[in-house]
Amino acid sequence: MMGNEKVAHPEYPMQIRDILSFSLHAATANRGRTLLMLLAMAIAVSSVVVLISLGDSARHYVIDQFATLGTNLLIVLPGRSETTGGPPPLLGETPRDLTLDDAMALTRIRTVRRVSSIIAGSALVSVGHLERELLVLGSTSELYEIRHLALNQGSFLPQGEPTRAEAVCVIGQKGKKELFGNEPAIGQWLRIGDRRFRVIGVLSPGVSLGEDLGEVVIIPVAAAQALFNRSSLFRVLVESTNSERMEQTRQAILDTIRVRHEGEDDITVITQDAVLTTFDRIFKALTLSVAGIAAISLVVAGIMIMNVMLVAVSNRRAEIGLLKALGASRTQILGLFLTESTILSSIGAGIGLILALLGMRLAAFLFPEFPLHLAPWSSTIALGVALITGIIFGVLPARRAADLEPAFALARR
Amino acid sequence: MINLQHIERVFQVGDEEVHALRDVSMTATGGEYIAIMGPSGSGKSSLLNILGLLDRPDSGSYELDGTRVSELDEKEQARIRRHKIGFVFQFFHLVPRLTAFVNIALPLMLSGMKQAERQERVTTALAAFGLANRAQHRPDQLSGGQRQRVAIARATIMQPTVILADEPTGNLDRNAGIEVVEILEELNRQEITLIIVTHDPELGKRARRQILMVDGRIEDDR
Repeated sequence: MMGNEKVAHPEYPMQIRDILSFSLHAATANRGRTLLMLLAMAIAVSSVVVLISLGDSARHYVIDQFATLGTNLLIVLPGRSETTGGPPPLLGETPRDLTLDDAMALTRIRTVRRVSSIIAGSALVSVGHLERELLVLGSTSELYEIRHLALNQGSFLPQGEPTRAEAVCVIGQKGKKELFGNEPAIGQWLRIGDRRFRVIGVLSPGVSLGEDLGEVVIIPVAAAQALFNRSSLFRVLVESTNSERMEQTRQAILDTIRVRHEGEDDITVITQDAVLTTFDRIFKALTLSVAGIAAISLVVAGIMIMNVMLVAVSNRRAEIGLLKALGASRTQILGLFLTESTILSSIGAGIGLILALLGMRLAAFLFPEFPLHLAPWSSTIALGVALITGIIFGVLPARRAADLEPAFALARR
Repeated sequence: MINLQHIERVFQVGDEEVHALRDVSMTATGGEYIAIMGPSGSGKSSLLNILGLLDRPDSGSYELDGTRVSELDEKEQARIRRHKIGFVFQFFHLVPRLTAFVNIALPLMLSGMKQAERQERVTTALAAFGLANRAQHRPDQLSGGQRQRVAIARATIMQPTVILADEPTGNLDRNAGIEVVEILEELNRQEITLIIVTHDPELGKRARRQILMVDGRIEDDR
């Protein structure tokens, strides 16, 4: 007879459309609690999306900055890098200085187009009784091309032997304003430490290699050696003739210096690719950790969903009892309530996405100098996480609903 | 078609055990009209819950249409409720946010019936119960009598073999109450077994068979 039952009443699962419309109706029936919950979910999702997007925008911003250097730049630093294995020699073995002669030797490599040495340090720069602490870069005329600098007025450091310590300087826009005001600076003299330099150029404002060009003073590298009483170079920038020949150039630089340094590999050569990869990694890690913090708000929103759904289950006990009396199985009740919490969290996530989009638009409007954009995967991630949150935090209330005893649930109030 | 044997049901209330049903045995054949009567707390609602598979007995067996339903699992019992049993409650138990139409369609929806087929069945039912112009009204826009008619339409939409009515007129005025009882009796004439729980003797007298319950036992059955 039991077998016959199944033939007499073939079983179908509920139609998806019915599940959705029933749950949507139920989810939106109690406006007050639903709105509060949607707000929590919307804030959570939008903060995740916005923070991911800000992190991603910052990453792009920095990488774009470095990318303007050109793909054929190599940076030579004194000291061996850790990439060859083992810790860098901090004590005991002091790396040999990187000297101006080393830099000049590099110009003889066939695949090298330009070389520029850099010594950096900060020093007091003064005009009359006005005094500012600025970043002083000792360099050569090649820096102009290698770092794609631009001048507002005047000219850059003169070409010629880098060993010549001419007393001229190129000053950043901000430093010029602070020291000379609106007076013309070209041809004027300023004092760096105990030496006098004639201003021959003013840089256009901008940022290069992470330095604000407004606050630098560029002087000939030999003058900087004398000023800081130091012969070792801070960096040597090398531009290769061909971005395809980077590895070959790198090897040639290492070989040249090794010969000059009595067989010791005591320099590090990094390429833009390496720098970019590092920054990329750093920013991705930063973005992820910030997004992780924002995800805590998703958990809070999830707990709100759970709370709202638990209240709904106890408010709708009679309805659940009725559905059971009408033949709804435990599984069906579970499905209906899970659908309801998922619908709630999806609507919340949708609103959150719109909020995030508006937020990013507003930020882009307020800070037009930063290229802000919505990170491509952030919306997918946020929606996915919201759905998962809705389901996970919906399970407990849905189970409570499904486990209600129908006789008890229908009992007279 | 209904065969209850030695049904026991005990509830724990605080640290006291309440015997809601004590050794209840009864049988009913198809198309019967039975009133279960008795004072409140006599176990008549507990008996109805057992008959409607809304509650499980602690011991005893229940056979419905030749199936030992007391031994089925939760899912199978839900199936039996859906296809064989229609419920009518004192407080109607309509879903307040849904229209009369959707409330009547609920059992069909739970059974996965397609929209078009459902439309037809519900429209026919609405007309049969005089609710054709009330299809899009929500329960709070209906009178008590209309609400109970929606509930009866919902209880019969799956063409059950038995209708269990718990104080179906308890929340209605006299005229609406008589109207509802006449509808239920008309269904009984169409061979549906009708079991009504009531403490109203006037309503009880209309049934062809009365079962009197006292203190969880069947005291009288005639």
